[in-house]
Amino acid sequence: MAGLSVRRSSPTTRLATGGAVLLALLLSSAAFWASDNGLRLMTDMFLYIALACLWNFLAGYAGLVSVGQQAYVGLGGYGLFALAAKAGVPVLYAVPLLGVAAALLSIPFAKLLFRLRGAYFAIGSWVLAEVLHLAATLVVPLGGGSGMSLPVRAAQALGRTPHDRFVATYLTSLALLLAILAMIFVVLRSRMGLALTAIRDNEGAARSSGVNVDQVKLIIYVAAACGTAMVGALIFLQRLRISPDAGFSVNDWTALVIFMVVIGGIGTFEGPILGTLVYFLLRETLANLGPFYLIILGAVAIAVMLIEPRGIWGFVRSRSSLQLLPLSFFVSKSKN
Amino acid sequence: MENLANAIVQGVMVGGLYAMFAVGLALTFGVMRLVNIAHGDLIVLSAYVALITTQTLDLNPLVALIIVIPIMALVGYVLQRGLFNRTMGTDLMPPLLVSFGLSVIIQNGLLFLFSADNKRLQAGAIEVASLRLTDAISIGVLPLLQLTLAILVIMGLQLLLYRTAIGRAFRAVSDDPQIAQLMGLNNRHVFGLAMALSLAIVALAGVLLAIRANFDPATGPTRLIFGFEAVIIGGLTSFWGTLAGGIILGIVQSVASSFDPGWQILAGHIAFLAVLAVRPHGLFGRET
Repeated sequence: MAGLSVRRSSPTTRLATGGAVLLALLLSSAAFWASDNGLRLMTDMFLYIALACLWNFLAGYAGLVSVGQQAYVGLGGYGLFALAAKAGVPVLYAVPLLGVAAALLSIPFAKLLFRLRGAYFAIGSWVLAEVLHLAATLVVPLGGGSGMSLPVRAAQALGRTPHDRFVATYLTSLALLLAILAMIFVVLRSRMGLALTAIRDNEGAARSSGVNVDQVKLIIYVAAACGTAMVGALIFLQRLRISPDAGFSVNDWTALVIFMVVIGGIGTFEGPILGTLVYFLLRETLANLGPFYLIILGAVAIAVMLIEPRGIWGFVRSRSSLQLLPLSFFVSKSKN
Repeated sequence: MENLANAIVQGVMVGGLYAMFAVGLALTFGVMRLVNIAHGDLIVLSAYVALITTQTLDLNPLVALIIVIPIMALVGYVLQRGLFNRTMGTDLMPPLLVSFGLSVIIQNGLLFLFSADNKRLQAGAIEVASLRLTDAISIGVLPLLQLTLAILVIMGLQLLLYRTAIGRAFRAVSDDPQIAQLMGLNNRHVFGLAMALSLAIVALAGVLLAIRANFDPATGPTRLIFGFEAVIIGGLTSFWGTLAGGIILGIVQSVASSFDPGWQILAGHIAFLAVLAVRPHGLFGRET
């Protein structure tokens, strides 16, 4: 007799998951088929996808609209340079250390910022990033306002030729991105993911259904800080030079990221990835437009917010109920 | 000792300016729960509008206010009706992200039109005129004018809110937008007027600031943050609290800067975080 069953997987999600695994395998072999420029571009893209997914995790699910995530990018970058230059820590060991350090540091920050709600939280997070930005200009051993370069020996420990260094940075970035995506995927499928989805849809209702909203938000904030700092460390490992203005740039590490997420689809797993790909496609095909990029992206993001607040991916899903990853439940007829 | 006294006096004066940034922010939050992230960039925009006006018409910036204030008020009304009204609702995200997008657009638009060079408005003799109190302390006429105007603006706002029909409309839509609408108010228009008033104050503050200090397209976010800090330090209850918040912020910055100019802005931020840690409802706010 035909009954109904509730499940997450379907032929589409099995196909998409299989495709994602194949893509990951293909990308991890890029050292054999991609040029140095290709590797650098993909590294850049992976790190931006990671930032976008982390910001979306924070704002799209936990409702914490931070415009101060550049605080953690800068901390990660400066932490890497300080550990490598002053303590002689090998750069690749420094990355997870910085993740832990940022997570620990983010707890008191969260305690302070969570006293502010909604839009005031957003500006408060910006103030915190500015505090770190200004503090970085005062730290003379790290170059003060003009910044510093990564010591040559620290960079060479990664690989003797530039090609070896690109490959090492590429693979580390890919590994970090996959780890972040896996973390978000697992969390979204867990009990906490259910709580997060409830908070995303209606915070008051989630609270009254027994979700410990403050605790969930704290955990997500700390996880995002940890991931963002590691991404920041890799961004500046690739650049080999850091300054307070570059490390704590609100335009580069928050504004662009927010626009990518909004355009792709906030509050969905696939949206931020899609948004980042759209941005890189535009950036690589159009001529160099300088400040116009931010103007165009800002205008498009505003238009998306007004017309289709769930972004491109939300638009696709509202039309076709397409579900690539086994994240949400649906009802289907079962055969027995 | 006299140096410290002087730093405090200068801080009080500049605090009036911060209070004007803050009042505009507090007004739109009070009336329609809108926190405009582009507030600081609109302050800078009004300075550029003043720059063009003074250059093309060969006016003193203080006279140019007669033109700049109505222009910015109009910009505010149009922004609210054309853009922000479409985002108003229970969800906090759309107004926040739309005003953030606007902030980035204004900043980069100004960068494209005027380059990243420092600009300043020239106001003539009033820039350097000052009243000598003692040998070490003298008060500039311009800073004194700022503080006086800030106090007048706040007194005017209080009168407007509690003595006029439009003030009643502001309070009504703030208390309950649905009932206000039932009573015959056009909320969209009232919101537009509130934003126009906010940007009129912004224009005044922006021009006064631009006479005192250099500005460039990237200085907006700092202005937003100063205004925001003044609001939170003062507590979200009254405009007079906001004035006190602005003055405290001004004093902290000015005293810190008299020790080491590098610490000026940082000390203000740290004072704000300290208030947030110890008294999250502000120094003059009530527990809610």
